Amino acid sequence: MKFNLNCKETSRLLSQAQDGGLAFTERLALRIHLRLCDGCTQFSQQLDFLRRAMRAYPGPDSNAEKDNTRG
Amino acid sequence: MRNNISAPLELDTHRPQLLRFAMLQLRDESAAEDAVQETLVAALQGAASFSGQSSVRTWLIGILKHKIIDHLRRSSREKPLAPAPDETDTADFDSLFATDGHWAEQPAGWGNPDQTLQQSRFFEALERCLRDLPKSTARAFMMREVMGLESGEICKELQISTSNYWVMLYRARMSLRLCLEQNWFQGDASSRSQT
Repeated sequence: MKFNLNCKETSRLLSQAQDGGLAFTERLALRIHLRLCDGCTQFSQQLDFLRRAMRAYPGPDSNAEKDNTRG
Repeated sequence: MRNNISAPLELDTHRPQLLRFAMLQLRDESAAEDAVQETLVAALQGAASFSGQSSVRTWLIGILKHKIIDHLRRSSREKPLAPAPDETDTADFDSLFATDGHWAEQPAGWGNPDQTLQQSRFFEALERCLRDLPKSTARAFMMREVMGLESGEICKELQISTSNYWVMLYRARMSLRLCLEQNWFQGDASSRSQT
């Protein structure tokens, strides 16, 4: 396991981290890289957003709004 | 009273939305229709158990998720998933990185997540992007992210190796990211007000 990850490797590990697939050393290497890299930090936030969006899918309930106005 | 289910007809108004939801994951019209039908029947039978705390749609989608998982289990037993070769390879994302492995183009900020997630048009864009994913990739990704299943269980259900699973989910996330970037975050000025 090497500790100096590049962004390509980091992007794969960040995805894998979302599925609980990282060893301790990989998590450590990720943390080191993220501290130094804005691009990967941004990418990591995009993955978190994607997860939130999928949990929220299919999104705001337009029928509920209609139900409410009907009273 | 407003959330009481007064008639089968009222449930039926949710059918198109449920069908789209099921189609994204099952990618098979008759299986999707079956799952939705089973959901509506189960909902009618269980209408008394509806607490009214969530919306009717949220309740129906909760039932539908279970029906979809049942279908996926049955179909993966009958016909195991066979990912296409390019679904387990990441070469087509190479161009996003320079030869030294750094980003060719730095990922951009996506504005205010709370604001984005309140817009139903965003979810329409997301749905279109999901529809573009290859079948096996979409299935594995949605089992994980929509159904919330554990990775080990998904590999077992789909009979795929852990390393193929990781590649498929990586591919799904990279594709969705690019698709949303193109079809929402760059195209929709209102969502970029934070930049």
